[in-house]
Amino acid sequence: MKHTLLGAALAAVLAIPAFANDYMIMAPASPGGGWDSTARSMQEVMVAEGIAGSVQVQNVPGAGGTVGLAQFASTASGDPSQLIVGGYVMVGAILTNESPVSLADVTPIARLTGEAVAIAVSASSPIQTINELVDAMKADPGAVSWAGGSAGGVDHITVGLLAKAAGIDPTKINYVAFSGGGEALAAILGNQVTVGISGVGEFLPQVEAGTMRILAVSTAEKWAGTDAPTLMESGYDVNVQNWRMVAAAPGLTDEQKAAVTADIDKLVNSAGWKSLLETKGWANTYLSGADFDKQLAVEIEATTAVLKDIGLVK
Amino acid sequence: MAMDPMILLYALIGVTLGTAVGVLPGIGPALTVALLLPVTYGLDPAGSLIMFAGIYYGGMYGGSTTSILLNTPGESASIVTALEGNKMARAGRGGPALATAAIGSFVAGLIATLALAFLAPHIVKLALIFGPREYFALMVLAFVTVSAAFGDSAIKGLTSLFVGLFLALVGIDQLTGQARLAFGVPEMLDGVEVTTLAVALFAIGEALFVAGQGAMGADKIEAVKGSVWMTRADWARSWKPWLRGTAIGFPIGAMPAGGAEIGTLLSYAAEKRLAKNPEEFGHGAIEGVAGPEAANNASAAGTLVPLLTLGLPTSATAAILLAGFQQFGLQPGPLLFVTSPQLVWGLIASLLIANVMLLVLNLPMIRLWVKLLTIPKPWLYAGILTFATLGTIGMNPSPVELAMLLVFGLMGFAMRLYGYPIAPVVVGLILGPMAESQLRRALSISQGDWTTLVSTPVSAGILFAAALALVVPMILRLRGRGEVLSRLAADED
Repeated sequence: MKHTLLGAALAAVLAIPAFANDYMIMAPASPGGGWDSTARSMQEVMVAEGIAGSVQVQNVPGAGGTVGLAQFASTASGDPSQLIVGGYVMVGAILTNESPVSLADVTPIARLTGEAVAIAVSASSPIQTINELVDAMKADPGAVSWAGGSAGGVDHITVGLLAKAAGIDPTKINYVAFSGGGEALAAILGNQVTVGISGVGEFLPQVEAGTMRILAVSTAEKWAGTDAPTLMESGYDVNVQNWRMVAAAPGLTDEQKAAVTADIDKLVNSAGWKSLLETKGWANTYLSGADFDKQLAVEIEATTAVLKDIGLVK
Repeated sequence: MAMDPMILLYALIGVTLGTAVGVLPGIGPALTVALLLPVTYGLDPAGSLIMFAGIYYGGMYGGSTTSILLNTPGESASIVTALEGNKMARAGRGGPALATAAIGSFVAGLIATLALAFLAPHIVKLALIFGPREYFALMVLAFVTVSAAFGDSAIKGLTSLFVGLFLALVGIDQLTGQARLAFGVPEMLDGVEVTTLAVALFAIGEALFVAGQGAMGADKIEAVKGSVWMTRADWARSWKPWLRGTAIGFPIGAMPAGGAEIGTLLSYAAEKRLAKNPEEFGHGAIEGVAGPEAANNASAAGTLVPLLTLGLPTSATAAILLAGFQQFGLQPGPLLFVTSPQLVWGLIASLLIANVMLLVLNLPMIRLWVKLLTIPKPWLYAGILTFATLGTIGMNPSPVELAMLLVFGLMGFAMRLYGYPIAPVVVGLILGPMAESQLRRALSISQGDWTTLVSTPVSAGILFAAALALVVPMILRLRGRGEVLSRLAADED
């Protein structure tokens, strides 16, 4: 660990910035969240690996990233040195906020990382398996309270999908939105709610310490670090993975877009990025070019359908 | 480890930077730590974490300086400090105000850090008892005690409070994700920023008011009257608020949904209630600076309790600190005390050292700071306007944010003109959303059963205390003599 850090620092010193591009990355969120740390991780590795000479991160928080997105679309147009970070939550927020600016107004470059959503209870909870939990929901959906992130976000969507897959009316679920992971975790640990839902990385340290139990993960395959079953294995047709992406400014020429994509490609294939993903517990779900454009369209369509189902979008 | 000269150097860099960013509005400790994360890449983990913690303490500390001298709170936790602190500064008592803030922060930081070292595992158990209904009860207590502490006219105070509560409705409803009163403006989806409102009402509103009165304005600022240092009487009036502020701020800071603002508000209300001469409040009572400043620093140490023991980041700065820990492959949480005891104890020891350094660094600066007040009025207020505007842009570079600053500035001017108190607006904006979302969470969990609010001893106890705080003064007033009765009559209009 220490050696890679030292190596990266050395690389930073030795990097020749003469032919490297400069970048400004917008994190459309406050410092400390997932997008912010994605942007800052990109900054760290791009500079350390000599992909860019200087990289700055700008935080424009607000409304699930739509405030930053709107500002980015209007001010960065045609500038190939500007990037913005986004992801699943932004797709949902564009829909629920009826945002006038959408991902069609920027140039999506690539999907970078992915993380499973985990369903967990405190160690003292009587609920042992995901099936017991779903049975309790079937008996009385309101009696099972879910603590998770912001309304309409990936956590909320996953609960809605699970309810739908289990034949429960998704509009009846008792989803309690908390701001910030810390508060939701405290509510789960303090047994204030029946069950919690969040990125698997937030729960793993608690599981290690024996204070929480993961009932299931939302991805198609098991997630590294936990032997909890997937929702699919447990008999519910749900496959959700939270993902984060990077986009460039609108109005770029094909050459400019290709150059940015090449830089992101270098970033993702660098040793520094790989070791960083390991530290952060993110999966490498790199996808770029036409494949990503196709996937993004699929995601937007699926998210719209789910949000309609759980009554957040009309 | 903590006495290693390099570690001491990191602590020194941290507290100096922290004080600087605390003084500058718009740049908070969270952003500073985030900016420094890549810089500390190759450094020794213990050293960089200690530097970050120094920035955190320093930021909490530096915020008071601009609050007191310029009536421009740099961050939301020092809004309350501006209430009495700036009044003191205009009466030539800026020196003692800064000194009681500095020493109060030191005392609070010291006690709270020791409490962090020895009580963290126990405090965190208490913090977990607090769920939505307990937080709601706490908000009710804060509303009752704080609104009683502001202003002489109840009707004007309540009007201001409701303006604040109204502003608090703007933005995305946390529980359903629906936009309220945003009128399709994306920047308004996130609601009104507390520091923007506070800076607008306090600083811009006042600058306009002073300009409106002309250069010959009635209240002349005296830079220094009497000693720059605290007198014996100042000490006697300060030490109890320091201790009370610490006792209020630390546990509330340790609660995952507590935050620094509630502690400062409750401390202010408590000091006003307990003061020998409550009529001094609103005209520069030193207790009103000493208590909230202590509470503010104690809550900073409190925030580290859930971070270190549970791995729960409960503020933006704590979230970045967590990222810093993870960058070095350390996972804060229940196991940190077991897996890296050396680092935890080193961090705690360095916090104590950082605390001493802050005092040493800041006390001699007071003489310099108060010189700011000798700047001629037009220049001073022009400076305040620039400072406030730059700070707002620094925090959120958007024209809508600037427009809000101006509109609320005009509102602050109008409120001053017609004698409406300003602080309750900010209080409404801080407490309103917290009370609302906690109440709705509690009711959602209980499926609409209102008895849930009194179903645990903790929530019932806090609500009972709130009821007492409301009723007891009424009874006392009824029993009082004519003078008190007349005030009651005035309150009921």
